[in-house]
Amino acid sequence: MSHVLVLIEHANGQPAASTGELIAAAARLGEPAAVVVTTTGATAVSAESLGALGAGTVYVASLPNADTLVVTPQVAALHAAALAAGDVSAVIVGNSIDSREAGARLAVRMGGAFQSDVVDVASDAAGIRVTQQAFGGAFTVTAGAAQGVSVISIRQGSIDGAAPAAAGTTQEIDVAADTAVGAQITARHEQTQASERPSLQTADIVVSGGRGLGSKEKFVLVEELADALGAAVGASRAAVDAGYCEHNMQVGQTGVTVSPNLYIAVGISGAIQHRAGMQSAKTIVAINKDADSPIFDVADFGVVGDLFTVVPQLIEAVKARKS
Amino acid sequence: MKIAVLVKEVPDTWGDRRIDPSTKRVDRTGDLVIDEINEKSVEAALLVKEANAGSEVTVVTMGPTSALAAIRKALAMGADNGIHLIDGGLAGSDAMQTSAALAAALSTRGFDLIIAGNESTDGRTAAVPAMLAERLGLAQLTFLRTLTVIGDTVSGERMSDDGHVDVSASLPALVSVTEQIAEARFPNFRGIMAAKKKKVETLGIEDLGLPTDETGGANSWSTVLDVTPRPARSGGTIVKDDGTAGTQLADFLAAAKLI
Repeated sequence: MSHVLVLIEHANGQPAASTGELIAAAARLGEPAAVVVTTTGATAVSAESLGALGAGTVYVASLPNADTLVVTPQVAALHAAALAAGDVSAVIVGNSIDSREAGARLAVRMGGAFQSDVVDVASDAAGIRVTQQAFGGAFTVTAGAAQGVSVISIRQGSIDGAAPAAAGTTQEIDVAADTAVGAQITARHEQTQASERPSLQTADIVVSGGRGLGSKEKFVLVEELADALGAAVGASRAAVDAGYCEHNMQVGQTGVTVSPNLYIAVGISGAIQHRAGMQSAKTIVAINKDADSPIFDVADFGVVGDLFTVVPQLIEAVKARKS
Repeated sequence: MKIAVLVKEVPDTWGDRRIDPSTKRVDRTGDLVIDEINEKSVEAALLVKEANAGSEVTVVTMGPTSALAAIRKALAMGADNGIHLIDGGLAGSDAMQTSAALAAALSTRGFDLIIAGNESTDGRTAAVPAMLAERLGLAQLTFLRTLTVIGDTVSGERMSDDGHVDVSASLPALVSVTEQIAEARFPNFRGIMAAKKKKVETLGIEDLGLPTDETGGANSWSTVLDVTPRPARSGGTIVKDDGTAGTQLADFLAAAKLI
């Protein structure tokens, strides 16, 4: 059986939450092997823990500038691991900005298909099959690879199940000879403190707020409803542009695509670009004062009314049911 | 400074977009526009040009005849000239092939800075800029929400999933920008008139020196096997708030076992 490499994202020695599903995806296609790129001297990711998640071999590339170059160390490590492993049919990476770009470059370096934002993978006699969603889930696309190594980035939260535990044997790889020109990372401004709320991409329930909230201060109402429901917080582009919340909360065509069990749109008119990011949610609820808002066309339950009276009442009712 | 800015013609996101089940490709019969992210890419290129006297901005696109409109739009905004990769044999290219064709067009022209959008609104693969950096051996400064070029140093803020990082490199380099980079200027009448006279070079597969058995949908690395449209959503219950809508909504959620 051929090997399938998995690029491991990690921080402070801990593999990212998505690691299990990436290895599970790899196990459907072949024998999973992990690839870890780490800064020399930094806390190592436990090979044992990656073995427990299903990695047979754990390839480790340590280099002094692993954390200060844009994606080139990851590309070099994946390439070196592929050469060390020999028979590699596919490479699985997360769909984060960094991992997806490392995968894209690897596909060029090794020669192979690059398939992005994949929501399902399978393998049969004809080869590897990936499932992707086009136009915000309006179309489901199944694709294969004509030749070469398939490099596949997996949308977070889309793969169920786990791979059987494997050995997790560490093998050091040397990437010192890599000659790629890298851009320098001169400073990091990233949230290290994980939010208490679930992540937007994987949350079971998402509550999003729009321009109807009217101000950054009043946007707190969306957060209160989300917290009452144990939901993630999203926003329309209009709300982001108006400065009510951070850009990484944007749901829609040019933001995050979500498909939770329940999506609640608060004060969002539902422009087609917003719907492209949430229309594959299982149940959609909308609260908006304008009865003609296009969001009501896709809502399973819609309330035409003032969100500032409806939402507080909903929060109270939710809290009452939970207590 | 020689700046190339990459633009793509896409189906208008304001309309209904579909994939043609017979060709398994994006249906391009509806309204086509320059991708919004590329108006912003052009704006970013023009801002760099304006800050660096003696610079030239070349707009580059790959696409059918209609894609010339995307080039003209960028020229009307203020870009200086264009390159149009146009050849029936390029149709149906995947990201790997698109990056190979663009790399072939860009590699010998001595561009100091290549600026792309971070991802198109139709394919959303978000891979071509990274692939181009790999093919051209350039420093990759992608997903930038700010962009500064001073002397031969390019820097900016690169978005990451948890925030952003500051990045920097020496020219030549490849940049991709996010929608936060800048608001695109509107072409004025003089710009639109001037655009008609600006030179647009066309390049085919032969000019690019690409092997014909590697180009186009028949030779793509990723092959689409099946396309299924999602069934349309049927309308649900809409209530007008009579003072109890919040409670009714909670009842609906409870009945659906969502709370």
